[in-house]
Amino acid sequence: MTTLSEKILTEAESEIESEAESQAEIEESTEPGPGHPAEQPSPVLAVRDVRISDRAGDREIVHGVSFTLTPGSAVGIVGESGSGKTLTCRAALGILPAHFEITGGSVEIDGNDIAGLSPTRWTDLRGATISAVFQDPASYLNPSIRVGAQIAEVLRVKKGLKRRAAHRRAIELLRVVHLRDPELVHAQYPHELSGGMLQRVLIAVAIAAGPRILIADEATTALDVTVQAEILDLLADLRERTGLALVVVSHDLAVVAQLCDEVLVMRRGEVVEQGPTRDVLHHPRHEYTRLLIAEHEQYGLEKFLAPAPEEDA
Amino acid sequence: MSTGPAPKATTPGEPAKPVLEVKDLQVHYGTPRRRRPALRGVSLSVAPGETVGIIGETGSGKSTFARAALGLVRASAGSVVVDGEDVSAYGARQWRALRRRGVIQYVFQDPLRSLDPDLTIEASLAEPLLVRGDSREEAARRVRAFLARVHLSEDLLDRLPGELSGGQRQRVAVARALVTEPRLVILDEPVSALDSANRVQILRILEELRDDGVALVFISHDLGSVAGIADRIAVLYQGELVEVGAAGDVIGRPRHPYTRLLVRSAPTLHSAPADRAERAALRALLNA
Repeated sequence: MTTLSEKILTEAESEIESEAESQAEIEESTEPGPGHPAEQPSPVLAVRDVRISDRAGDREIVHGVSFTLTPGSAVGIVGESGSGKTLTCRAALGILPAHFEITGGSVEIDGNDIAGLSPTRWTDLRGATISAVFQDPASYLNPSIRVGAQIAEVLRVKKGLKRRAAHRRAIELLRVVHLRDPELVHAQYPHELSGGMLQRVLIAVAIAAGPRILIADEATTALDVTVQAEILDLLADLRERTGLALVVVSHDLAVVAQLCDEVLVMRRGEVVEQGPTRDVLHHPRHEYTRLLIAEHEQYGLEKFLAPAPEEDA
Repeated sequence: MSTGPAPKATTPGEPAKPVLEVKDLQVHYGTPRRRRPALRGVSLSVAPGETVGIIGETGSGKSTFARAALGLVRASAGSVVVDGEDVSAYGARQWRALRRRGVIQYVFQDPLRSLDPDLTIEASLAEPLLVRGDSREEAARRVRAFLARVHLSEDLLDRLPGELSGGQRQRVAVARALVTEPRLVILDEPVSALDSANRVQILRILEELRDDGVALVFISHDLGSVAGIADRIAVLYQGELVEVGAAGDVIGRPRHPYTRLLVRSAPTLHSAPADRAERAALRALLNA
């Protein structure tokens, strides 16, 4: 039986194809990515020099990505489409498309190396340990089933809750994601909700089984600015209150910077820059990172807003 | 056909006649029995050569404003004056005549909406000139000049819109809006569907236009895109204009709670943790 959260993950696969295609045209960059970051104690997610190849074209698409997530920490991956950021996330979720495979490095989820995982173990881990939200929330919900019933299904399958308990918990979850009238939303159909409300519902689904890691891949990209901020604030709130570790993927450096302690800048399958967010923002070393920052400074609010003081010495 | 140097934005002391003057504009949608207001009395004027950004989110009425200024939706009250001509009571035929003169032009989010898919780029660009009465030779000459102005190669002239990338198409749409040398161009989310590199390219082109003295009304949900090039910014919220001012003032010292929320919500490289508490407080205030 597939739960909604698994359906979300498998449907997301189709989006990767275009990323791989756009990479096919790009010659391999010569510059190597930076080395491994310092190891932190007991990571919930450890990605070590992960390389992803397209078996169909016998090409390496992602050339070595490394980061570790401890409980309550947040890592951001920024890059344009085709940079390999989405493929990296899919690899960590075990949902690479059929002809893609991890051809180097390792991924450990809560101490489990995913290389040896059986499909049954993956089903146990997804949703319960690692979960994800993507850009287009409406496409992951069944339009003809009320929102509450779809959340309750996840709770019954993943948490073994009985009908009534699942109903109660679904309403609680809708409250946790700051939906103003949880009882009302519970009884509504997806088409009755705005994009921001739908993304909250999807976050409720994603956290329903109490995962330790949440991957947000362009989860706020299609939303209005104030709604985007609400969702980002919600993620920050969940992180602080529950120790949820976040991987935030965006094309916008500012979105990632707002939420994350550490940033990876990816381009054409390479990590061109990686480090603590503040260092990357204030002392970008790679030309591409400098370009991302310059775009904000030239065509953004930055020129009217006083920069935050650089806190560290 | 050139009418000499375009007028620059005037000094505050001697206001020029506005190219667009909207007074107390109201637009309603829905049936007569269930009328929903989309614009609730909006007043805004745009001086020659001025770039005015209109910021608004879903449901703010920003696209309705663009459509009303272009005669595409009917106002239920208020007046619209385009280049000195009161167009409030214009019928479809009068609007067509006004648009044909090419004084006011537009660019929408999706360039496929402003470009005929079956016309080559050259034919699309020449059309407004031929409609206006230019000779074929004159039109062909101007088409090439304006293609260069949006930094596109002449190689594209015999292509169809479907054969161009999204960024190229939007630049063609901008060129098409410019060929008649309008005094005012209304751009509704011109960069929202573009990736970062193409967005910057379009914004650079708009900046050059602004410097050439074309008045622009740049409508967007993205404060950042508008902040870079607008002289003044107007903020639309639930059909009302809640704040208008110099771009630096609106962003640096926003007065209305909604504007403050917008500014604090836009992701910037300097977002501080303190912004989160302020956003929460502003949301509570606006929802009250």
